[in-house]
Amino acid sequence: MRDIECVGEGLFLSTCNRVEALFTTEAAGEAKKSVISLLSGLGNMPEEKFSSSLYTFEDRDAVMHVFRVASSLDSMVVGEPQILGQIKEAYAQATIQKTSGVILNRLMHRAFHVAKRVRTETEICEAAVSISYAAVELAKKIFHVLDGKKVLLIGAGEMAELAARHLMTHGVSKMVVANRTFERAVQVAELFNGSPVSFDEIGAQLLEVDIVVTSTSAPEYVITHELVKKSLRKRRNRPLFFIDIAVPRDVEPAVNHLENVYVYDIDDLKGVIELNMAQRQQEAIKAERIVQEEVVKFEKWLKTLEVVPTIISLREKVESIIQVELKKSSSALDGLTPSQNKAIRGLTRSIAEKVINDPIVYLKGKADRPSLNMYLDVTRMLFKLDEDNGDADK
Amino acid sequence: MIYLWFNMALFFELLATGGFVVYIVKQKKWVFRCSYWILVAGFVCHTIFLSYRYYSLGTAPVLDLKSALGFFAWSIICVYLIFQIKFRLMVLGSFVAPLAAFLMIISSAIPWVEGPVKPVFKSLWLTVHVGTVFIGNALFAIAFLAAIMYLIQEHQIKRKRLGSVYDRLPSLATLDSINYYSLIYGFPFLTLGMITGSIYAQYALGKYWQWDPKEVWSLITWIFYGALLHERRRAGKYCQGVSLDEGY
Repeated sequence: MRDIECVGEGLFLSTCNRVEALFTTEAAGEAKKSVISLLSGLGNMPEEKFSSSLYTFEDRDAVMHVFRVASSLDSMVVGEPQILGQIKEAYAQATIQKTSGVILNRLMHRAFHVAKRVRTETEICEAAVSISYAAVELAKKIFHVLDGKKVLLIGAGEMAELAARHLMTHGVSKMVVANRTFERAVQVAELFNGSPVSFDEIGAQLLEVDIVVTSTSAPEYVITHELVKKSLRKRRNRPLFFIDIAVPRDVEPAVNHLENVYVYDIDDLKGVIELNMAQRQQEAIKAERIVQEEVVKFEKWLKTLEVVPTIISLREKVESIIQVELKKSSSALDGLTPSQNKAIRGLTRSIAEKVINDPIVYLKGKADRPSLNMYLDVTRMLFKLDEDNGDADK
Repeated sequence: MIYLWFNMALFFELLATGGFVVYIVKQKKWVFRCSYWILVAGFVCHTIFLSYRYYSLGTAPVLDLKSALGFFAWSIICVYLIFQIKFRLMVLGSFVAPLAAFLMIISSAIPWVEGPVKPVFKSLWLTVHVGTVFIGNALFAIAFLAAIMYLIQEHQIKRKRLGSVYDRLPSLATLDSINYYSLIYGFPFLTLGMITGSIYAQYALGKYWQWDPKEVWSLITWIFYGALLHERRRAGKYCQGVSLDEGY
């Protein structure tokens, strides 16, 4: 993105379901085109193919969008905490590459601030936010407390490990890990202080455990109706909870019809999350209000940026006057001692700065007013800034 | 004067029922707290009423259907209040209070019939018999309510319908242990009630056992609960339904 001329500052954000390019530019249309062609080049995909899933926001809408993304209001699962980490990661990359500047720096810091406010001032993140959290909630509705419960983890995907970790933090004490390759089972078991078992031992383990998390890539059912039915009698009808994260399914659906056995697959868990989302609409409204507030604040700051070039040229003008005048009087000043010389230079500078200080404060104060441009023009004319600085914007 | 206490008990118990219904819908904790203390007030009135009746009749006030229903309602509330201390399960009140109030309404609809108490009823054995049997049955009533809640909740989880009902009902494990404790405490009370009942029968009628329908049904009920409890202990069965019976 650095190579695109019309883009000032920029960063890439990629999460599980989106890729975003954040950039500042003076020529919006041109920059947009170049960024899209850059994306198509990076992804090795013709533009027409992804143009239907493209979205662009400008100015105020863009700021709002960034804030909403950071506070997870725009996520598939509203309130999920992972997104903020991903944004921080993207920003860290941008600072390393030095592609972010004044505006993006400020924008990202404000975004983190908004996310924090949303998290602490609303309850949006507290309810079931992720699949594993939903699974834990369900387990609690069945077992009341998970202390002393035993979990069997079959197969090892990232999701399954996350679910297992969630269960552990909620009191599960014993973990058994089964995998087709025993070495892998040993590795994963070490992570959880669990014990590895072979695939053939699953039937025997079903007598012992309370919760089973499955996520193998096996095309057929790993847990069959028959297998579970056999274990039920010996289990003395203690409830058995299957969490099936695998696609395709590992647990035969008919298992759910057995008494005291509950099977939830990934789609069921998604259903649970959606339900929670509906209940948290109220909190979402509150969160949106926080975002709005912060967007207004950011815009106000962004407006002050318009004043900056004028202030800079004002300072430069004064600085050049000081230099010119000092040079003129250099012959008279040469006779003074170094300390007297220094005092004279300090005096001239502080007089000049005092003179322009009030106009600068005044301009900054007008930054978010519609009449700002008029004040800027007057300032430029009064101080004759545009004649000295050829590149000042008109 | 005595009827004032009965009416106050009825009034408070109805009010508490209303409160508990509001609580289960609105899920506001203060509603529960109000309802709970109103129920306690109703219970206190009810206790005063029963004590007064006991004092004036000279025996347990359960000699006709009206008094028996009232006494049963009192027993259920009594057991509920004890359970509330142990389990702190707020939603149970929303099931118990309506049952107690329902019994009280039927009781209040039956007219007062005051007659002289036969001397045969004035026996401590009768009082102990009635007390234990009623407490036992009140515990079974709670077991029954917990079993119903369990079935509803289990149905929600099985069908994956995790809506407002699912939110309001407690976990399966909690409901199961309430059911279990109700049974395990209820059974000794019922047993004791049966024994004292037959002792009373010997004292009053000259025979321990007469094979009259009431006695036979009591025995069947007792065997039924015994079998249920045995099955639960043996198989660790998560109980799926307990029927309510008439044990007096």
